[in-house]
Amino acid sequence: MNDSKPLRWKALANDYGMVLVLLILIAAFSVLTLERQSSTGSDAGRVVARNIIAAHGTSGTVVVVAGLKPPDERFLREAKEALEAGGVTVAAIVGGKPADARRTIERVLLEGHSIDAIAATGDAAKWSIYDRFESVGSNKCVSAAPALWPTFAKSENVLNVANQTAIYAIIAIGMTMVIITAGIDLSVGSLVALAAVATAVFIRDVGEGTQTGTGLMIAGCCVGIGVCALAGIFNGAMITRLGIPPFITTLAMMLMARGLARRLSNELSIQALPASFTWIGGDTTFGIPNPVILMITLYGIAHIVMSRTVFGRYVYAVGGNAEAARLSGVPVKRVIVIVYTLCGALAGLGGIVQASKLGSGDPKLGLMFELDVIAAVVVGGTSLMGGEGRIFGTLIGAFIIAVIKNGMNLMKVGAPEQQIVLGAVVLLAVLVDTLKRRGTAL
Amino acid sequence: MVTTVDTAPLLEMSGIRKSFPGVQALSDVSLRLHRGEVLALMGENGAGKSTLIKTLGGAHQPESGTIVIDGSPVDLSSPMAAIAAGIGVIYQEFNLIPALTAWENIFLGREQTGLFVDRSTERQRAAALFERLGVDVPLDIPSRQLSIAQQQLVEIAKALSQDVRILVMDEPSAALTPQEVDKLFAIIRELRSQGIGIVYISHRLDEIFEIADTITVLRDGQHAGDAPTSEMTRQQLIELMVGRSIENEFPKHPAEIGDSRLVISGLCRGSTVKNVSFDVRRGEVLGLTGLVGAGRTDVVRLIFGADTRDGGQITLDGKALNIRSPRDAIRAGVCLLTEDRKSQGLVLCRSVRENFGLPSVRHLSAFGVMQQRQERTAFSAFVDSLSIRIPHQEQPARNLSGGNQQKVVLAKWLQVNAKVLIFDEPTRGIDVGAKHEIYQLMNDLTAQGKSIIMISSELPEVLGMSDRILVMHEGRISGEISDVPTTTQEELIKLAIN
Repeated sequence: MNDSKPLRWKALANDYGMVLVLLILIAAFSVLTLERQSSTGSDAGRVVARNIIAAHGTSGTVVVVAGLKPPDERFLREAKEALEAGGVTVAAIVGGKPADARRTIERVLLEGHSIDAIAATGDAAKWSIYDRFESVGSNKCVSAAPALWPTFAKSENVLNVANQTAIYAIIAIGMTMVIITAGIDLSVGSLVALAAVATAVFIRDVGEGTQTGTGLMIAGCCVGIGVCALAGIFNGAMITRLGIPPFITTLAMMLMARGLARRLSNELSIQALPASFTWIGGDTTFGIPNPVILMITLYGIAHIVMSRTVFGRYVYAVGGNAEAARLSGVPVKRVIVIVYTLCGALAGLGGIVQASKLGSGDPKLGLMFELDVIAAVVVGGTSLMGGEGRIFGTLIGAFIIAVIKNGMNLMKVGAPEQQIVLGAVVLLAVLVDTLKRRGTAL
Repeated sequence: MVTTVDTAPLLEMSGIRKSFPGVQALSDVSLRLHRGEVLALMGENGAGKSTLIKTLGGAHQPESGTIVIDGSPVDLSSPMAAIAAGIGVIYQEFNLIPALTAWENIFLGREQTGLFVDRSTERQRAAALFERLGVDVPLDIPSRQLSIAQQQLVEIAKALSQDVRILVMDEPSAALTPQEVDKLFAIIRELRSQGIGIVYISHRLDEIFEIADTITVLRDGQHAGDAPTSEMTRQQLIELMVGRSIENEFPKHPAEIGDSRLVISGLCRGSTVKNVSFDVRRGEVLGLTGLVGAGRTDVVRLIFGADTRDGGQITLDGKALNIRSPRDAIRAGVCLLTEDRKSQGLVLCRSVRENFGLPSVRHLSAFGVMQQRQERTAFSAFVDSLSIRIPHQEQPARNLSGGNQQKVVLAKWLQVNAKVLIFDEPTRGIDVGAKHEIYQLMNDLTAQGKSIIMISSELPEVLGMSDRILVMHEGRISGEISDVPTTTQEELIKLAIN
């Protein structure tokens, strides 16, 4: 009587259908962006070293040349180690522009070395500087064969997509909760700007601008988030106490918050921020952008809140049938106010991350964010009728949208066409949801 | 005249099969209806009645089987096709647009148009239809202001305006007062005399024996039997429906009645509840009856904190309660099983388990985190003891039959372990078997010393299950009956209409 298998399978298809869509998109864009990549990185470094040792034995003198990107650094390090381990003399390593390479080779030759080979990345091997030296020549360049690899799936691109998604995804947590209560919050985009401006103004005026210490900077962020949480409380109070529909209340807040952000900042982007302010939005930890780490942490917490706690149970009940929930002892009004407050606070957090990324508090931040965020929630399978939806669905939804945007960018699809495609995707997601509902309704 | 009797049926359904994911709703069901005949379609909840009439209404398509009307097979692939075939279905939930008037609703989607809607013709035709029914319904006010009975008449008129030959009525009497039911029967008899075939669904056995010519019984999606009403006894019918024998329709076991427990004094709200005072004792079932609109539901909603009271005191076990919301009432140990389980009792899109745990999250959680294993175990116990038929605890509440939904609501309130349980029409729209189980449950509860306030419009139920009865009329208590066994239905009605 308790657990039956067929239902489990169906639930699985319902829950993970969107994950499948995301995986298919990733696979498709990987195939579509498959191209010969310039050989670089640690693997290429090892291959190059092996080839040089094979050709010149262990007695040669070698210069290692690469560009400026992170994989180029790995190439330099790996090639140098492997060459030296093989007994080859590494006269110099260069990570930089062609001019840097030219100067280094000049210096090495002046010091009296003869260069037997140049270990180069695929890109560096194409530089024309080598032919300027009679004793060198581009034929002394050794680089690894270019590998076939999707541009889309390159680690920088994947991290880039995740980093760009993070802000939308963080705001979408609050939006998911709001939409599960059968509401909507149109003010999140403006709250992004308000939080960014409020924080920047606080740091500039209360703190000491670019010299502000960590304590005051954190206080500034709390002010930014707090202001947005207050806006959320205001939204919730209007909806529950005065019975104004969420659409109208938050539309009004969208206008008011944007206006407030512009007035506070005098319509200027505030740049007087300390360098450390960019840590949360612009820095990485263990190679992963901090916004991505923040996003993953928040989604973990939100998932537990929505699926395991009393509050989560209440949110679903309020959205499914507010009257039945009230008659079952659920404090409906309180739940709604808390949900809008959380949504406001998360939009504020998103605003601070965005300001940190850009290093400025700009009143024009977050324009039209509300639409992208709502699209992510809807694509993620949350019903606008309320009562149904999942936190992780929203994360998947945000990524589906980001992957489509990024994939189209890589394929050089124009912005207008991208909008058309994204619109169709939102429609398709709702259609799938509708069909699913029709199929299961008894 | 030749001696050929009119035996060709008006409607013949045979071999109808329909399944839903995980449920075989109908298997090989047949039904035969003649002109000018009232056929009672009987069966417990989940027996397949709703599915069968939705098949007739074109809302469901059967997987196999034939439907023949007047000798020619029909394909009821949509509600429009059913209307075209002369079938009108009046569902339990009416399909009226609340903001439109009676006549606008009747002609909705079939407006008589030249350049504009021809309002006067439509209005006249609507008036003529009501005249044919011999009733008086206000034509020009929005439907939402009509009473339930009047709304039902609009639905009937709408069906007649479409020239139906077959009229299906799902629980038409459920929300009507005894007088209104009498009027409805007069209309049904009139339609029957006009040669219309009527399929009538009800859980009230008295009505069936009063109005139906033949009875068809479904059980577990199968045809369990049929016979002319004159050849079937009440007992036989119940046994056909339930599939086993039931000795006593109202199995009342009086519990030991103790001290006064919940005391209400001077309760009032606007014009709906006027200075109501009464008490309920330990181990007692207090019946609360009266006409629909007499204020019975309003009184209990005030006690439960669902509405705000203008005045009055509520005392539980000698302690004055300050109940301002259902949340307060539940904490104090008072719970209310509402009469409308779909709009007030359940969050239909959520699982039965979540619905079950909703009022008792305080006991089923620790530090704000739900203890799902505990919740599942607690619910399993009720699934067994109330024999709730669900494939899975994660099943959305909307997929359950009415009786099972009601049992989930019961389980949800039993888990709260309240001292006073208020049941508003606990057996409405529920089959005989499930009713019996609910009565047994009430016995168990009173045996544990709990107090029950039971609102009911079904007088046999009120008389059969109550220890004491209060009758309401126009917001006041118009009578109290302590000696229930010697009271008759007529005496109750007299008090109710004052």
